[in-house]
Amino acid sequence: MALLQISEPGLSAAPHQHRLAVGIDLGTTNSLVATVRNGISVVLNDAEGRALLPSVVRYLADGNVQVGESAQAMQSEDPINTIISAKRFMGRGLSDIRDTLGVPYRFVDAPGMLQLRTVAGVKSPVEVSAEILKVLRARAEEALAGELVGAVITVPAYFDDAQRQATKDAARLAGLNVLRLLNEPTAAAIAYGLDNASEGVYAVYDLGGGTFDISILKLSRGVFEVLATNGNSALGGDDFDQRIYCWLLEKNNLSALNAQDTRLLLTRARASKEDLTKHAETSLTALLSGGETINSMLTRQDFHVMSQNLVANTLQPVRRALRDAGLKVEDIKGVVMVGGSTRMPQVQRAVAEFFRQTPLTNLDPDKVVALGAAIQANVLAGNRSADDWLLLDVIPLSLGIETMGGLTEKIIPRNSTIPTARAQEFTTYKDGQTAMSIHVVQGERELVSDCRSLAKFDLRGIPPMVAGAARIRITFQVDADGLLNVSALETGSGVEAHITVKPSYGLSDTEITRMLQDSNQHAQDDMLARALREQQVDAEQLIEAVENALVQDGAELLNQAGQTRIRASMDGLRAALQTADHQAIKRAIAALNDTTVTFAQARMDKSVSHALGGRKITDLEGV
Amino acid sequence: MAITLTDSAAKHVQNFLSKRGKGVGLRLGVRTSGCSGMAYKLEFADETGVDDLHFVSGGVTVLVDPKSLPYLDGMELDYTREGLNEGFKFNNPNVKDECGCGESFKV
Repeated sequence: MALLQISEPGLSAAPHQHRLAVGIDLGTTNSLVATVRNGISVVLNDAEGRALLPSVVRYLADGNVQVGESAQAMQSEDPINTIISAKRFMGRGLSDIRDTLGVPYRFVDAPGMLQLRTVAGVKSPVEVSAEILKVLRARAEEALAGELVGAVITVPAYFDDAQRQATKDAARLAGLNVLRLLNEPTAAAIAYGLDNASEGVYAVYDLGGGTFDISILKLSRGVFEVLATNGNSALGGDDFDQRIYCWLLEKNNLSALNAQDTRLLLTRARASKEDLTKHAETSLTALLSGGETINSMLTRQDFHVMSQNLVANTLQPVRRALRDAGLKVEDIKGVVMVGGSTRMPQVQRAVAEFFRQTPLTNLDPDKVVALGAAIQANVLAGNRSADDWLLLDVIPLSLGIETMGGLTEKIIPRNSTIPTARAQEFTTYKDGQTAMSIHVVQGERELVSDCRSLAKFDLRGIPPMVAGAARIRITFQVDADGLLNVSALETGSGVEAHITVKPSYGLSDTEITRMLQDSNQHAQDDMLARALREQQVDAEQLIEAVENALVQDGAELLNQAGQTRIRASMDGLRAALQTADHQAIKRAIAALNDTTVTFAQARMDKSVSHALGGRKITDLEGV
Repeated sequence: MAITLTDSAAKHVQNFLSKRGKGVGLRLGVRTSGCSGMAYKLEFADETGVDDLHFVSGGVTVLVDPKSLPYLDGMELDYTREGLNEGFKFNNPNVKDECGCGESFKV
């Protein structure tokens, strides 16, 4: 007979109507699936009892696909057809991937998203991710003995629309109904039950195999806002293995090794790193292909010393994230540790010292994101009573449209809770205008050129009328996954146009992160740029005016020394113009004004006396 | 009249209740639905109803409403693993016939 699970009071499912839902952590290195069983969130293991599925997909010539451990084992043998870290390519164009030198794939530049040429044909990162999701789905359906009603899939907080859409597409391709995309740090916070608190600011420190992310989350009235994110996409547990590996080479006087030996020693290095989380020392032994034996003792102390700058490197982005959020260490109510690398005692100690509090580590850091996603999926599938409020998510970057002059008009500000819909009215710019081009942008900056272009569409058939008479209502609608629908309606005539944003996939992770983090700093830059432009315009006008004055009256009103002095001052201003320093230009303008004050007085006297028929201006005083 | 839990079932229920952080015990019941007439109800209990019958087995309080009891009397609740799947199993002596999946039954 079927195996039953305990339901919440009053929520027993009718036979054959179990609302099975899972949370999936689709990771760069590993992926997991979890579900809520008997009221508890648990990770579902495969038949061999393994929770982590390596996010590795290998395409074979016969059309078969290997996913996980079996694919990973073939990575060095068949690198071109074995795709690792496909998540880095999701929703990305070839131009976004700056560092393609380190990866062996044969990239194909396709409109929208890059693709990979494999022995089984050209595959998009969406298809690769779908293979991983299919395996997790099959695992879940076997473990839960039924079909899934849906899944919550986690994505990094800094993922933009293109990356989120690509993730959703991958899920659909794998036959999963996406209940919601959830930010990874938010999922980790949910796993720790932080959403049960009334409010507070939390830091989520996520040190994975190859990436580091720090997120500052603010919980208020059941909504997690992402205040800031930062990180390093090339720093993770692998770098710690590398340090041990280098130490091994040095200690044993080894130089360049072949690929097989390198792999062997890296595996040993990783094992000893893991051993040192529990033991004060560990021994590394290996037999190299040339017959040499390696036998070294590594103490925890030595490991800490050799890796201390890696640990310090994670704290740099933490400081930046805090600064971007405008917060101090004391404002952080709790710190959540995510990612297997946070098991290292030196990492935990450094984080504890930095935040002056013990970080939350009692949940398995590899599983915490999936566990949180499963809790959310359980709520969304309707397995919790109605008085449990639904956790809301927010949009990561403001959404708006372009207005005259290339300026951005924000319609939905960032951190708005989703789903949401907002409308704003716009009008025509010219008499008889019958069409309007609507350019949808995402970002925090004032100029469209600094934001990300999401979509463009035209509203046609506006009845001709005088400029400003048409009333065009632009509605932005963001669904629960953060995906956008835009519509434009001319309210007088009822003509309408709308678009579902099919993102143009054009911005790199670093750019997105930068847009998110540095909006304040850029506001400063924008202000400085404007100040500079203003001073430049003033300076050019002044130089032109003085030049003209010298040509007209210089010889008549000034002696040689006076002319030379003014020319020198003008050269000074011209030199200042070459710098991009608005203060220097301002000082040079003041200097030239000072130098020309008597000349200007003399010219005024001259023109006034001309107008007044020969009387000096001083003669008029007291008149 | 009794309803019992196997050691495995009792241990799991206690574990689930403690992790859930609230609840007075387990509520078992039947309702009329499903492809073979009756279906089991297996829920956490947060409160006790006035008519509820109490059983204690393996340290777990089991609540049953009086109408359900005739269908469940003498039953043993087990926790078992089948492949990747795991969960509770009703060993119910009153069942004469059940649907293929065992989620609903006839007495």
